[in-house]
Amino acid sequence: MSTSVKSASPPPSLENLPGAVTRPVPRGGWRRALRRDWQLYSLAVLPLLFFLVFRYLPMIGNVIAFRRFEPGGSMFGEDWVGLRYVRMFLSDPTFWQVFRNTLWLGGLTLVFCFPIPIVLALLLNEVRRRSLKRFVQSVSYLPHFLSIVIVAGLTMQMLATDGPVNHALGWFGHDEIRFIQEPDWFRTIYVGSEIWQTAGWGTILYLAALTTIDEDLYEAARIDGANRWRQIWHVTLPGIRPTMVTLLILNVGTFMAVGFEKVLLLYNPLTYPSADVISTYVYRAGVESNSFSYAAAIGLFEAVIGLVLITTANTLSRRTVGTSLW
Amino acid sequence: MVKPSRSYRVFQGVNGVVLTFVVLVTLYPFANIVARSFSGERQIRAGEVTLWPKGFNLTTYRIVFQDSMFWRNYGNTVFYTVVSTAVAMVLTTCYAYVLSKKNLKGRGVLVGIAVFTMFFTGGLIPNYILVTELGLKNSVWAIALPNAISVFNLLVMKAFFESLPTELEEAAQIDGLSTYGILFRVVLPLSKAVVATMVLFYTVSFWNSWFSAFLYMDHSDLMPVTVYLRNLIAGATGGGNAGAGTAELSQVGASIQAVTIVLTALPIICVYPFVQRFFVSGVMLGAVKG
Repeated sequence: MSTSVKSASPPPSLENLPGAVTRPVPRGGWRRALRRDWQLYSLAVLPLLFFLVFRYLPMIGNVIAFRRFEPGGSMFGEDWVGLRYVRMFLSDPTFWQVFRNTLWLGGLTLVFCFPIPIVLALLLNEVRRRSLKRFVQSVSYLPHFLSIVIVAGLTMQMLATDGPVNHALGWFGHDEIRFIQEPDWFRTIYVGSEIWQTAGWGTILYLAALTTIDEDLYEAARIDGANRWRQIWHVTLPGIRPTMVTLLILNVGTFMAVGFEKVLLLYNPLTYPSADVISTYVYRAGVESNSFSYAAAIGLFEAVIGLVLITTANTLSRRTVGTSLW
Repeated sequence: MVKPSRSYRVFQGVNGVVLTFVVLVTLYPFANIVARSFSGERQIRAGEVTLWPKGFNLTTYRIVFQDSMFWRNYGNTVFYTVVSTAVAMVLTTCYAYVLSKKNLKGRGVLVGIAVFTMFFTGGLIPNYILVTELGLKNSVWAIALPNAISVFNLLVMKAFFESLPTELEEAAQIDGLSTYGILFRVVLPLSKAVVATMVLFYTVSFWNSWFSAFLYMDHSDLMPVTVYLRNLIAGATGGGNAGAGTAELSQVGASIQAVTIVLTALPIICVYPFVQRFFVSGVMLGAVKG
């Protein structure tokens, strides 16, 4: 592809200035690009190797969903078995249970963990004393920096039979509840700890967007007779809409991947009926029971749904509100 | 400025109450866990510990401090974090610098290769098989290599490099510096803030991580302290078994989880006030582009 452009060489002075902004991006001429920028390309070699080996090779490794896999054999499996593993999980009642649980947890996370940071950011934005605002922000960001193991540990200690939550229930004459062992409580506990951990940090991007709203817009709204509520509705919310839409798309994209690590830390065999999700089932089927092909088939199913979801959400939002990730 | 209306003043009052509630709900679990860690067994079991330690007791702290496995795991955390962060910084800086060159041929493809992995990944099982077959299990590389580049961090750094004035690099080039020379002697010295932020991002994420180690390490003396804590809360180990008597054992059983949580969270909470603003500015920088 380089031959056609090679003869028409530009003046040498431009050749030596790869950073020059005025020059258009050269088309064709890979050989020349390599000769001029080989040092830059050499810097990309190791990172590219990382992406190929640890990101793209595992993607290809998903072929074992359609091939028989022998532990110790090739990572791409031994021979084709077609859709055997897909049929297997589609007729597995446990799969449908974890599928339902995934939709439940994903849905609840979206409904609660997406809007709460917006509300919190709007409330923080109304605080007039800077020092107070900064203090609330600093405190509410803190849980984001802790290991998820610590968050799970705190959650379990708070909800233990001798923990403060049961202590408070005792004031109202309520019997103690074994929260961690009850399937009925798992979703509440999961979403609650998720809100505790993420709500504060989630406000950052909204607070950043809020500072970019033009003060004149509020002035104009006031002259038109808008009170505080109408200003929020007509100026503030439209101002942070692009941020809201972007984060909503991202949230929809991670819908199926619901906090795998957190579920793994918080659940136990007693709570499987409501807590077991696709990713934890994949982990147990694959890593613990060595059914690698079966687990890979389910994992691939989850990843494909995730990709479809984020693509759909992105396209929908580009067509309707004109904001999109790509 | 217009005089605030009465309903707005009421709102300000309610807002203050709500935000106070947020602060209390965020901080209370920490206060409770600290109180619990210093409390006596009988008071803990009776559910009496809420805000202050009751039946002050240091037995569990003493036992955990004597547990050589706890310290070995803590050492592992430091070692894994340092190695993984170093690897991640080298790879991320190099790639971000390449991607920041707007006129580089093939740049779009190089960006695409990275960004696509944000939306589609190979998944747990193929990754597990890959790391196993590469023979990385039970070594620091099982943690460092598969997580070497965070695409979010990559995009933050790329955005920063793009914001640097190109004239400096052009001048350096005319002075005869090679690309490597420009990167190390011109660009990086100008990028101290973003490099510090990235080091913090990676350090915190590796320090907090547990699942890679849990998945790829077979022996408890290779685990980071997060997995030590995980095994405690999952009831897989009793912890602190360094020659304790019966009375001590029941005391330890009551507060070992609280003590371990406090000791694991302590370093992060201590540095948090000083590094928090770097995180905020780093995320802002990423948000502009991402």
